[in-house]
Amino acid sequence: MLRLIVQRLLLLIPLLVGLSILLFGWVRALPGGPVQAMLGERYTPEAAAEIEAQLGLDQPLPVQYGKYLLRLLQGDFGTSLQSGRPVLDEFLTRFPATIELTVVALIFAIGIGIPLGYVAARRAGSVVDHSAVVVSLIGVTVPVFFLAFILKYLFAVELGWFPTTGRQSATMVATHPTNFYVLDGLLTAEWDAAWDALVHLILPGIALGTIPLAIVARMTRAAVSEVQNADYVRTARAKGIKPARLRGDHILKNAMLPVVTTIGLQVGLLLSGAVLTETVFAFSGIGSFLADSVFNADYPVMQGFILMIAVVYALVNLIVDVSYGLIDPRLRRQQ
Amino acid sequence: MSANELPVTDGAAAAPLHTSIHGDGPGGADHGGEGVWARAWRTLRKNPVAISGFVIVAVFVLVAVLAPVLAPYGGTELPGRDEVRPTMIPGPSAEFPLGLDRYGGDVLSKLIWGAQASLLVGVLSTLFGLTGGLLLGLLAGWFGKSVDFAVMRLVDLMLSVPSLLLAVSIAAIAGQSSMAVIVAIGVVQVPIFARLLRGSMLAQKGQDYVLAASALGLTRRSVTMSHVLPNSVGPVIVQATLSLATAVIEAAALSFLGLGGGEPSTAEWGRMLTAAQQELAVAPRLAILPGICIAVTALGFTLVGESLREALDPRNRTRR
Repeated sequence: MLRLIVQRLLLLIPLLVGLSILLFGWVRALPGGPVQAMLGERYTPEAAAEIEAQLGLDQPLPVQYGKYLLRLLQGDFGTSLQSGRPVLDEFLTRFPATIELTVVALIFAIGIGIPLGYVAARRAGSVVDHSAVVVSLIGVTVPVFFLAFILKYLFAVELGWFPTTGRQSATMVATHPTNFYVLDGLLTAEWDAAWDALVHLILPGIALGTIPLAIVARMTRAAVSEVQNADYVRTARAKGIKPARLRGDHILKNAMLPVVTTIGLQVGLLLSGAVLTETVFAFSGIGSFLADSVFNADYPVMQGFILMIAVVYALVNLIVDVSYGLIDPRLRRQQ
Repeated sequence: MSANELPVTDGAAAAPLHTSIHGDGPGGADHGGEGVWARAWRTLRKNPVAISGFVIVAVFVLVAVLAPVLAPYGGTELPGRDEVRPTMIPGPSAEFPLGLDRYGGDVLSKLIWGAQASLLVGVLSTLFGLTGGLLLGLLAGWFGKSVDFAVMRLVDLMLSVPSLLLAVSIAAIAGQSSMAVIVAIGVVQVPIFARLLRGSMLAQKGQDYVLAASALGLTRRSVTMSHVLPNSVGPVIVQATLSLATAVIEAAALSFLGLGGGEPSTAEWGRMLTAAQQELAVAPRLAILPGICIAVTALGFTLVGESLREALDPRNRTRR
């Protein structure tokens, strides 16, 4: 197990080097180059020359890349043009918000997707099966931000059941030791603050969770329908095994492997979707900040955030791969 | 497998001819010798899901192509400019069946022109992705070894960034234009097509008929071009159909993020949806109508793609 983890972590290195080269080249390919992007309308040849010398942009490209890499290794991802704060700080203060949102979205997707897919497969052709098909079609055809609009309009603006924007009500006084607002409320025993933060997560969580819900439901349905016709399930049934054990140990457990893989792959989709969902709900996570940085041509933020998001994505898939061993003992032996 | 005897594009034409020889009727004919595409076409014709998908796609393409005839007003015209007040956006009327938007554009006309814009973005970006992916996939599949390794690492790299972020960063380089959106969405598709094509070419390479062709003394080029490639395109065509759906959705997402350039009143579904965000409480139809257009179009392409996948899947053949 440990060997596998180390092996996979080592494989991350070439990926990161490749990505840093691409992102380094990307900034230089921006229209007018990085200096133009930084100065915008304040562009004058003198100011440009000064910044070029300051940033070392007048040096040869390999030297520039080497310095960029060195700064990255020291945790220096540059400075945001919008806020003037280090990109890493901006990322770290906002990342907990996005993690909270993603977790809620995943709970929604898995909590509904797996049971829905399971029942749909066990009762093929039933009402549940048809509704699973409808749900999975909605998930792949409706744009995330349109869904977010509609949820916001219906349940926040019209019905007023949920707050329209933000992570916590403006009137709520709360301390934030970890920046995970729900967790903060629980840690400091400010129950109403925790509840308030949780309520703010519901609508964006549902909007963000719908695509993975569709995919998880579909994958579960496919996996369960294949497994339930397997010979060992028939044998187990013929042996007179209890139906509950048959469902749990024989069908569900064996069907979970592809589903877990799918869930891991959804994280990239969730991080993409977070950019749109957070913007609709003015939810201050990494997604909405990234969207702002696109609007404001804040290229150091885009550069740094994309690199860090790729790392997060790779790490999540590593965790998923490692967790195969926990689900499937056959793979544990191979590992 | 007799698929390699049939030119790929003849699939649709071959089926009716085939049935006229054998006579029609379910199960009545011996279809043993027909090609993959003829068989797929026969399955699709009987599948109501596929038919509804085809109908949606056909309507969408017709509306897009006939936009100059169908739309009451031009795509950039703002016929109701004087009727719109900051506090009041006129709803449906005899002159404007779906009402006006806040710029004074006729919503019906803009939706029709929007279909054209979506079709253009969808087709061009998918073509871009397909061409790029084919080139990379062929390169990898042809040379193998170190070229294959290099190409696949590049593909891995592109897939390590979530697709929307990749598209956003490409669009940022390509500048503010609708061409930039097409290129951005196209680039995102490249690694998907490359990996798919390489995978299915590798699978085909191990087949007996390839061995037989090589044994007959065919050159590597003719084996690849006339045997391996035609037999590997099935999954690629399925993916291209699904890509059309994704492209329509991604284009909307990019304009939501302020990319794509042009006037905010441009007749484009994503742009209309984005502009409607401010009027959600006053005139929800401005958001709902383009939203539905995007979803239904994506649905059409998805249904066609999915049923095509099912029809081409050899595992489904025996269960019939």
